[in-house]
Amino acid sequence: MSDTTKSKIKYLYTNYSIILIFLIMFVLLSIFVPYFFTWRNMVGLALSVVTIGLIANTMMFALASGDFDLSVSSTVAFSGITAAVIINNTGNVGIGILVGVLAGGLVGLINGFSIAKLGLNALITTLATQMIFRGMAFIFSNGRAVGISQAGFFTLGNSMIFGIPTPIVIMVTFFVLFGILLNNTVFGKNTLAIGGNTKAAELAGINVDLTKIIIFTAQGFMAGFAGVILASRMTSGQPNAAQGLELDVISACVLGGVSLNGGIATMSGVVVGVLIMGMISNALNLLNVATFYQYVVRGSVLLIAIYLDILKQRSK
Amino acid sequence: MSYYLEFKNITKTFPGVKALDQISFGVKSGSIHGLVGENGAGKSTLLHTLSGALVPNQGEILIDNQSMNFSNTKDALDAGIAVIYQELNLVPDMTVAENLMIGNYPNKKGFVDHKELRRKAEAQIKMLMEDFDPKVKVKELSIAQKQMIEIGKALMQDAKIIAFDEPTSSLSDREIKHLFEIIEKLRNEGKAIIYVSHRMEEIFEICDTCTVFRDGKHIETFRKMEEVNHDLIVKKMVGRELNDIYGYEERVKGKEIFRIENIRGKGVKRNINLTVQEGEVVGIFGLVGAGRTELFKLLYGLENIEAGKIEVRGQEVSLNSPKESIRNKICLLPEDRKDEGIIGIRSVSENINVSSRRHHLKYNFFLDKKAEKETADKFINDLDIKTPSRNQLAVNLSGGNQQKVILSRWLSEDIDVFLMDEPTRGIDVGAKYEIYKIMYNLASEGKGILFISSDLPEVMGVSDRLVVMRSGEIIGILDREEFTEEKILSMALPVS
Repeated sequence: MSDTTKSKIKYLYTNYSIILIFLIMFVLLSIFVPYFFTWRNMVGLALSVVTIGLIANTMMFALASGDFDLSVSSTVAFSGITAAVIINNTGNVGIGILVGVLAGGLVGLINGFSIAKLGLNALITTLATQMIFRGMAFIFSNGRAVGISQAGFFTLGNSMIFGIPTPIVIMVTFFVLFGILLNNTVFGKNTLAIGGNTKAAELAGINVDLTKIIIFTAQGFMAGFAGVILASRMTSGQPNAAQGLELDVISACVLGGVSLNGGIATMSGVVVGVLIMGMISNALNLLNVATFYQYVVRGSVLLIAIYLDILKQRSK
Repeated sequence: MSYYLEFKNITKTFPGVKALDQISFGVKSGSIHGLVGENGAGKSTLLHTLSGALVPNQGEILIDNQSMNFSNTKDALDAGIAVIYQELNLVPDMTVAENLMIGNYPNKKGFVDHKELRRKAEAQIKMLMEDFDPKVKVKELSIAQKQMIEIGKALMQDAKIIAFDEPTSSLSDREIKHLFEIIEKLRNEGKAIIYVSHRMEEIFEICDTCTVFRDGKHIETFRKMEEVNHDLIVKKMVGRELNDIYGYEERVKGKEIFRIENIRGKGVKRNINLTVQEGEVVGIFGLVGAGRTELFKLLYGLENIEAGKIEVRGQEVSLNSPKESIRNKICLLPEDRKDEGIIGIRSVSENINVSSRRHHLKYNFFLDKKAEKETADKFINDLDIKTPSRNQLAVNLSGGNQQKVILSRWLSEDIDVFLMDEPTRGIDVGAKYEIYKIMYNLASEGKGILFISSDLPEVMGVSDRLVVMRSGEIIGILDREEFTEEKILSMALPVS
């Protein structure tokens, strides 16, 4: 084999190994797990990852810039509750959705401002806002689920476009948009540069603070939107919704090869990471494995994935 | 052969550069062996292979005629090797005693024996002829004292081979004298000592034997210091006659391109007035703390300008961020290339295009990837950047090539004024020459260059005019005909 073909294969392996793992897993599960490879199950699988998938788009940017966001789980609940309360009080679905999404954006803006302008540590800041807005969700809902009376609201989560559930269409659309944003725009490249070396990025003329604020605010909007869709699918706002979601989202990104140190991220990797997370739960459900064991399996898969990643980096 | 430590055919390659090429020499017990060479000659890389931090691709290290294979730093420590680096490996928030015995506390069944810890530490401090309290936190000590602790640590671990990497670079004369006393004491106790420095006087003062490196190659080992002199070593180090390495030629000067009037800010105090003309390379010399880097920070919008005026081509500009400086056609090559210049884990192409990609956007939003590839390939070709491809990660390039990548970043922008902070530091000699040529070419194209260097011969060899700074102030500006080492140093040194 010539050197160039060798290096090409190595390049493919190091950059797309996770996709290969995904394909192998998919084939194996299709063969060995009954009902796995059916249209119905595929749609169910895709629906089950909508919340994670949507937020993974913006989480990828936060991680790529070298930061964390732990607040997304509470933002989902907070936005869902806000949308539900507003819809019940105004009777207007449009305003409810808008305010719900804006509520999420507000959380993101607070995160971004605290991290970029006040110089607070991202991990601690978003841990704090996670607590604050989980609390706000309970306060706004008096600690109970808020049922929604307007049936029009449910179409967002439960309608179909060309035979495919709307939330899936929305998720796929965002995958495409954020893929373009990461690879084909100055904003995406600046995000990676900041994560790669913040000081060098600043000296190269990148407005680091503004970029970070935009990333976190977008993350807030996205979590808010995911929260509203979730409320629509559940026909209610749930103050307990999405607990622990932030770790699922981060896991999916890491599985997809996003570096926790920042500077490295691919959209294809993140999509595959999201699908792997969903696939594992889905297959375990089909096999009737109890939830308790599912945690163990998912945690183990994450450990293995990170270890593979380190091996890959060492070989470079 | 009576060498205690011997390097045999050590070769270490990094992607795109051969850092060490078949290095062989030996060091006897009870002797001090100097290693000299320009920055980037491979001295530090060799120490890294000795300390186990880097594994050589080829060759072996012998200790007492036994072949050693260090796969990590612990192996090397166990073999009695201690390398004392410029950046000290101490825990600032722990005490002197704790640092001295780190990893090896005297203990009773796992509980630290504080009495014993203190006793041992006190003995060690006395041995080092110092007098500080072992309970003091390391962060409260001076650099010289920290270095002593590092030496003490090596001795606690019973090191038989001690290597010093440029230990005097931030010490005062008095502290250097003390350090030398200790090093000589260690030699008399029979340690094999390697002493890396680029200061020739020190090599002659303290070393028994010495080896000259150049571009990763072993040039010559001198077994008797009486047989060599300063000029011979320098010649071996540089590889060509000293007077032609800068390749300076007179250029035509044009209109004024940059003017600074009485600016003030953090670390920059008074009398900061200077102008740069098209075609001019203006050097800035001063000691550490003279305010040179701080001045660049003001001019690049990294620190607040408290007073004064800056003009680019006669237009007054305000500079509040690097972005604004770039828009006003001023750029910076930072002093710390690795931490502030390159984005190591991104490709050469992305490092080049990071700023200038804004000039060729489609619909003002989408990247023009074809244009970016062309830009990258153009500069890789024009500046002769040694890289397998534009997709290579910048971290894998040698220092000189990384500097060329950063230069390409600004050459692809529309820049009039280049601020270069120690642009040749840590770069091998050949690449230095290429950097000078790029600077001259830029000047010939009508750009203005302000450049900081701590290397006096360099700054004298390259500059048209020389600005001398001292404690945040411009002391004087000399024309090329007026350059003499004595004059420049007398202006730069503090008045006592």
